[in-house]
Amino acid sequence: MEESNSNVKVIIPPKKSFAKEWASDQKAFKGVPWGKAMMWIFLVSDTFVFSIFLISYMTVRFSTKAEWPNPSEVFGLHVGHYNVPLLLIAIMTFILITSSGTMALAVKYGYEKNRKMCGILMLATAVFGASFVGMQAFEWTKLISEGVRPWENPFGAPQFGAIFFMITGFHGTHVTIGVIFLFIMTRKVFRGDFDTGKRGFFTSQKSHYEAIEIMGLYWHFVDLVWVFIFAFFYLW
Amino acid sequence: MAADSYDDVAKSKDSIPALEVAPQDLYHAKSFWTKYIFCQDAKVIGIQYALTAAAIGMVGLVSSWLMRMQIAFPGLIPMDAAAYYQLVTMHGMIMVVYLLTALFLGGFGNFLIPLMVGARDMVFPYVNMVSYWVFFLAVLILAASYFVPGGPTGAGWTLYPPQAITSGTPGGDGLGIVLMLVSLAVFVIGFTMGGLNYVITVLQARTRGMTLMRLPLTVWGIFTATVLALFAFPALFVAGIMMTLDNMLGTSFFMPAIVEFGERLSYDGGSPILFQHLFWFFGHPEVYIVALPAFGIVSDLISVHARKNIFGYRMMVWAIVIIGGLSFIVWAHHMYVAGMNPWFGFFFATTTLIIAVPTAIKVYNWVLTLWRGNIKLTLPMLFSIAFIITFVNGGLTGLFLGNVAVDVPLSDTYFVVAHFHMVMGIAPVLVILGSIYHWFPLITGRFLNERLGRIHFWVTFIGSYSIYFPMHYLGFMGVTRRYFEVFEGDAFTYSITGINQFITVAALITGAAQFLFFYNIIVSSKLGKKAGKNPWKACSLEWQTPDVPPTHGNFGKDLPVVYRWAYDYSVPGSDNDYITQDTPPSAVANAKAEQT
Repeated sequence: MEESNSNVKVIIPPKKSFAKEWASDQKAFKGVPWGKAMMWIFLVSDTFVFSIFLISYMTVRFSTKAEWPNPSEVFGLHVGHYNVPLLLIAIMTFILITSSGTMALAVKYGYEKNRKMCGILMLATAVFGASFVGMQAFEWTKLISEGVRPWENPFGAPQFGAIFFMITGFHGTHVTIGVIFLFIMTRKVFRGDFDTGKRGFFTSQKSHYEAIEIMGLYWHFVDLVWVFIFAFFYLW
Repeated sequence: MAADSYDDVAKSKDSIPALEVAPQDLYHAKSFWTKYIFCQDAKVIGIQYALTAAAIGMVGLVSSWLMRMQIAFPGLIPMDAAAYYQLVTMHGMIMVVYLLTALFLGGFGNFLIPLMVGARDMVFPYVNMVSYWVFFLAVLILAASYFVPGGPTGAGWTLYPPQAITSGTPGGDGLGIVLMLVSLAVFVIGFTMGGLNYVITVLQARTRGMTLMRLPLTVWGIFTATVLALFAFPALFVAGIMMTLDNMLGTSFFMPAIVEFGERLSYDGGSPILFQHLFWFFGHPEVYIVALPAFGIVSDLISVHARKNIFGYRMMVWAIVIIGGLSFIVWAHHMYVAGMNPWFGFFFATTTLIIAVPTAIKVYNWVLTLWRGNIKLTLPMLFSIAFIITFVNGGLTGLFLGNVAVDVPLSDTYFVVAHFHMVMGIAPVLVILGSIYHWFPLITGRFLNERLGRIHFWVTFIGSYSIYFPMHYLGFMGVTRRYFEVFEGDAFTYSITGINQFITVAALITGAAQFLFFYNIIVSSKLGKKAGKNPWKACSLEWQTPDVPPTHGNFGKDLPVVYRWAYDYSVPGSDNDYITQDTPPSAVANAKAEQT
């Protein structure tokens, strides 16, 4: 099919008030690419998923009769003679938030079409993310070896283990998916797909540096969720 | 935006907004597989959704037949209580989620949204295609639960724990409940992919001139329902995950300390009420996920077939949006008997009754659209009128059940069954049927058979009233729902047996009429009367495609430009009694249409 209007210049109209933009034709979010808008709506939906996880956690924490374990003891690490509370979690949080910084820089260099810097920063983000998942695996292993199971644990309420494995598992899955896509995107950046507009293998759509920003939105969201999990599960 | 800054529109006398949406890069299928199976064309995906939903919906229909046989003529079809509960459960879940939700959003949404907003396709056709196949997988998982040891779950469609995952419930200690929960989770994942597409297509991919307030109400209904679904399904998803863990790993999210057959189970300290909250946080918006597309579609059908603009368009749009918003803060009216603080009951009763206001606005506007319209009693119009009547009926009993004091005695009786079947069973199904008669000429280029259609309509309409109207009386008499056998004698009067037998006969006939409808669809798609272009003389964009049925890319060489709303019927001074959305003002200079 011939597309006659492919020669027409697409414009982004000047910024107007919220109401005027929504009352206008074609786009409610002016100048926002489809993929970016879609990621935002998805993230709102995903926010509901994690909110419900956390609300369920709080409800169950109140409904159980057994004593809730003290997270700073359970998640402590022995360093020499000292028992440092939440040491591993602090490192994990630091790494994940650092990865958000590298991600943001990757987006910046992406839009500047600086392929090399963008690729390096994407790779760094992916490696940070992978190390986060690795440390989470270590944490899981440690707790499992101490006898924590989804249905019971030696520290108190059985829901503690259940919630821990479920929420960190679900968040870890999000991080893992993110890491996989980060590696894929890193390869695309280094290969120059975003400069040449190479078509995607599955979608057959042209690649564009917007994809990095969309990836970034997801990654920042996963980090933000971790902050809430950290606050409500580990610190409370 | 002035038109003269753009070459292609500079010659036009009518001012045309500048192009903000880049032309879409469509994937053109080359092989049979990518053209018909893993197709990326939203219209084909919509039909795939609709056919799959109809196929699993037939299982739900036959389930209801078997249930009714057991209630009216116990022993005629051999079944035990477990089998009966499995039928109840699967009927409910299939009809609500896999038939109505999938058909309205997946089926109608995919087919109509790109056509009606003037887009070539959904914004991400590939994701859309995956969405259908994930939905298909969910249906397969659901169907698989019939073939596992112990059969499908019999926990009731609400799946309340603890009973849903204890061994006394059919499928509760086997794979039945697990497959149900997994299927729902997969459905949510699949739906999310599709739903994001529908939302972004409406928000970001409209054609030039198509403002939100020029969208046909069909699009508004489907769009708002999709937004509801994106925010409500997470609750079901999470609840499903937690119940699966309770069942398979022995966690205690929803399970309190419990004794079964004299033996204390290992569960301890969970909250069954939490599941009810999560379920109904999904479940109540789900009612409107089914109802809002019906509201939107019926507005368009009434307007087209009464040759009159929809009364109070803006009011209709805001009513849809407000109903959607309110639907998130009424969920606990399903839980009055679960034991809750009276203040919460008061709050939820109030919010529930407030929903009656925008809903009543909609009903008044439909009736006022009909008032002094040029009503053509075509099949879509008959179904639309039937919808209004049925919806008012079902809505009024909703006012009874929304009040705590009235709900408590009526809870779990046939009154509730009658209410929700009227309001979210029959009413949306009538719209679906009417809209299939309406859009079938667009999908296949042929009309459905009129004579069969009229038989189908009258049997369905009178039949469904024969089924559900007497159920109100059963409810007042205190007949409890979900009972395997209803005994005559001490508890109930003689008359309920007669009523139940009447209902069952009506249900068998009404169900059979739907098979007549399927026959009509199959035969008419090949042999029906040719419809030609725009047979109903409708204004909205889906009828203005150069090819009928529309081909891949929908609008041929150029996307249409929209100058008006979708309801310019019977405009004084116009040559035709309708002015299509893409008619420029200069072409209808004499028409006294208010520019909207």
